[in-house]
Amino acid sequence: MTNHWIDIKNSDVILIMGSNAAENHPISFKWVTRAKENGATLIHVDPRFTRTSAKADIYAPIRSGTDIAFLGGLINYIIHNKKYFKEYVAEYTNASFIVNKKFGFKDGLFAGYNPKTRSYDKSYWAFELDRHGVPKRDKSLKHRRCVFQLLKKHFSRYTLDKVSKVTGTPKNLLKKIYEVYASTGTKDRSGTIMYAMGWTQHTVGVQNIRAMCIIQLLLGNIGVSGGGVNALRGESNVQGSTDHCILFHIWPGYLKTPRASLKTLVDYNKKYTPVCPDPMSANWWQNYPKYSVSFLKAMFGENATKENDFGYKWMPKLDDGKSYAWLVLFDEMYKGNIKGFFAWGQNPACSGANANKNRQALAKLDWLVNVNIFENETGSFWKGPGMDPKKIKTEVFFLPCAVSAEKEGSITNSGRWMQWRYQAAKPPCGVKGDGEIMVELMNKIRELYRKEGGVFPEPILNLNWPKKYDPHQVAKLINGYFTRDVVVKGKHFKKGEQVPSFAYLQDDGSTCSGNWLYCGSYTEKGNMAARRDKTQTEMQKRIGLFPNWAWCWPVNRRILYNRASVDRNGQPWNPKKAVIRWTGRGWEGDVPDGGWPPLSYGKKSRYPFIMRKWGFGQIFGPGRADGPFPEHYEPLESPLKKNPFNSQRINPVVKLFHTNADRWKTADPRYPIAATTYRVTEHWQTGVLTRWQPWLVEAEPQLFVEMSEELAKLKGIKNGDRVVVESPRGKLIAVAIVTKRLKPLKIEGRVVHEVGLPWHFGWVVPKDGGDSANLLTPSVGDPNTLIPETKAFMVNVYKL
Amino acid sequence: MGGKSFFIDTSRCTACRGCQIACKEWHGLPATKTTQVGWGNHQNPKDLNFYTYKLVRFSEHERNGKVVWYFFPDQCRHCLEPPCKDVADGYVKGAIVKDPETGAVIYNLEKLKKVPFDELLDACPYHIPRQDPKTGMVAKCDMCIDRVKAGLLPMCVKTCPTGAMNFGDREEMLALAKKRLAEVKKKFPNAQLLDADSVRVIYLVLDDPKLYHEYAVASKDVGITRKVALKKLFDPMGWLQSLV
Repeated sequence: MTNHWIDIKNSDVILIMGSNAAENHPISFKWVTRAKENGATLIHVDPRFTRTSAKADIYAPIRSGTDIAFLGGLINYIIHNKKYFKEYVAEYTNASFIVNKKFGFKDGLFAGYNPKTRSYDKSYWAFELDRHGVPKRDKSLKHRRCVFQLLKKHFSRYTLDKVSKVTGTPKNLLKKIYEVYASTGTKDRSGTIMYAMGWTQHTVGVQNIRAMCIIQLLLGNIGVSGGGVNALRGESNVQGSTDHCILFHIWPGYLKTPRASLKTLVDYNKKYTPVCPDPMSANWWQNYPKYSVSFLKAMFGENATKENDFGYKWMPKLDDGKSYAWLVLFDEMYKGNIKGFFAWGQNPACSGANANKNRQALAKLDWLVNVNIFENETGSFWKGPGMDPKKIKTEVFFLPCAVSAEKEGSITNSGRWMQWRYQAAKPPCGVKGDGEIMVELMNKIRELYRKEGGVFPEPILNLNWPKKYDPHQVAKLINGYFTRDVVVKGKHFKKGEQVPSFAYLQDDGSTCSGNWLYCGSYTEKGNMAARRDKTQTEMQKRIGLFPNWAWCWPVNRRILYNRASVDRNGQPWNPKKAVIRWTGRGWEGDVPDGGWPPLSYGKKSRYPFIMRKWGFGQIFGPGRADGPFPEHYEPLESPLKKNPFNSQRINPVVKLFHTNADRWKTADPRYPIAATTYRVTEHWQTGVLTRWQPWLVEAEPQLFVEMSEELAKLKGIKNGDRVVVESPRGKLIAVAIVTKRLKPLKIEGRVVHEVGLPWHFGWVVPKDGGDSANLLTPSVGDPNTLIPETKAFMVNVYKL
Repeated sequence: MGGKSFFIDTSRCTACRGCQIACKEWHGLPATKTTQVGWGNHQNPKDLNFYTYKLVRFSEHERNGKVVWYFFPDQCRHCLEPPCKDVADGYVKGAIVKDPETGAVIYNLEKLKKVPFDELLDACPYHIPRQDPKTGMVAKCDMCIDRVKAGLLPMCVKTCPTGAMNFGDREEMLALAKKRLAEVKKKFPNAQLLDADSVRVIYLVLDDPKLYHEYAVASKDVGITRKVALKKLFDPMGWLQSLV
């Protein structure tokens, strides 16, 4: 979230799309309800009429996987009807930038496409630079090659007629939603988007979000209260786990994982430290080396010295051009290339797309360690459906671990608040927390390496590793401390003192910090995440901002890009919902995006989008794998043979897998029904936690498939019948919920039915609960993130 | 008329069922076996039962060409003049009592065994009491009387994230209900409070109450006892005043 949960109450228009917030983020509806009672309009766009739709002022159906068409139509509407916030767009976004002459877009492909490698040469998307190396701008937004004009041209194809035919959303509803949402393009109104996995889990997932970012920038909704682009995270600490690099491509704090070709720390820092010749751009990432060196100091402590590149060579490197994402790992495992696997706090036998492939992959392992609270389908895969235990060689270990309430530590919520939790109960006898398991395990490995040596023992033996796990010690290291007596910015710091903020981190080894973004969370003042102080100023009170409650990254800033919420003089666009205000001497309200004075101060000031190289909100996004603008492509599996928008049926840079378990069918009469997967309030993820709770199983006892009355009639299915749902990859038995809440869609002149299933169930428990909906979903992912496309695929349904 | 009351604002209810689960947790009630086979509905269990005092009911309809999905967190209304108590009093004194301080209608599980269940259920205008077929005992919502006496909110209210469930002094709840009704009427002209004058669990619905639940409002032929009916007939003003 650029904003935070409470801030939703400040919105004038709330768009919930790619999310079923009422069911999956029930507490968010506290704030949605407040906003509604303050007069906000709630819009819900979803293939299914859900508990969220039940509370919406406007509900519109949509075919899964056509969000870019829907949002592209909104972009077209905003531009065509001049509903954009002109001053904001011209001053704060890159709409005024001139794009180089090589750029182009033709029939679904951007310039620079290489069909052999299925990838783009992004140099074709570069900006035209002036003699100082700064992008040329036309603030009148009229230049033929300025971003605004390119955007206008690109989305002019997204007409109401065309969008309606692709999405299945009736034209009158499209028009109504466009009108209402575009009404937030004024100074005194703000609109927010609440999205979740309904947007990300597509082969165009990143571009779905990009489309909304463009809309929010056009309407001046970024940085303001009641605005922003707000990802509702699917788990209480997903934000924290991402910040702390649970994914392969990053180090903590979104630093890059080094590639094998970056031999030295100098090469690495040079590659990832952007250089910007414009003195008005803060270009915050210019501080990259301070954060990377401080991280290495946290990893290797005293062993990291300037002479040994602070241990850079001990860090694992990724092979150039290779991905190590989930889908790739399971593909490699399926091919027999992975020997051992820790399934830690996860249940891939049910959670991963194409679950049959994943279950088969587990059988190729020599060993599997399953760390979880309860027995699950992953640890028990060898005795699961279709498995012959006698033929499976995988040795499985089960380590029971403590549940969150049995551990002390922090979680970071979707609004980036790091909140400390105390230990509510002791874990059962012999059960350990994850931190304890990791520390003990690594200490045993270190002992063995010390005794027996190994091929490359340095990374393991030089690690700054504790003897015992202590959450406070870890939190302090994440914040970072000074490694010697030092003077920074005129301030004296003693060795061992906690670093007060990332502005004091250094690239000479005098500071360590496990995650620069969290620098400031555990300082000499104490554990900031444990704060529970509700004091606030009058200005903060008006927008529900609690700066002394817990702690928020970065530097306790509650609304990101808040410098865009004020005009050139530092005065809020909307004084009633001011986030920050320039008093003449300083800023009041939220922690501003840097303390520089407002833009009217000229060279002393900085552009508002400080994390971007040039300092501007990116309507044109030249960094993505699949293009600087979003474009509609059909899902890998779709009811359409042809993409109505262009000749590229699917995202042209999508990564496809080719094992015999990767089967997909499009516009195939055997699989004529569009399908999607989702969650319900009563269960969580694959249900490993909730399927053992009798009250929750009572409320949602088993796998169901929701379908329209029309489809049910066509298939001779009655409500409550047991049915088979089948995709090219697998099939399962579900109970039909025949409902008015799903309706057939009219797509390209013909009727398309859509069904949906939750993915919470598995064969271990309850006994008649059914199995995972991921047996049906395809293992294909977004080209930027490789998040699987589990929200749009094709199936058939028939009565058992 | 003092005591306590609930105000249940269904316009704010998202059917998250936090109340339903929390009720079971506080009262230590076991889950009942449910299945979607032959049922195909998110409303589970299907109905209130001996172990389920609170149930969120789901009803979908088409209204003026639009789908609506109404949620109704059903529970005992704690009637001001509980007809069930009239029935019970005819058999065993103290089988059903009205707590003088809060107005909560409380069942004595053992004593109620001597009261014919059919009569009890027939008397209830909201179809609430449920019997355990094995033991013959009858149960329903007890207003979390143990919590309320200790100065705590009933569990369903404590759990509600959206402000659908409210609890407090009767006057305060009536005022809140009227205020919310006036607000939602602007958008939903059919909005109404259900039997606000005769129950301690006041629902606000946005549409015809029958679309929420068959027994959302008191059925005509039951609910108001002869005693109450006579009082109404001869002294309507006095009866009304006794309510406020």
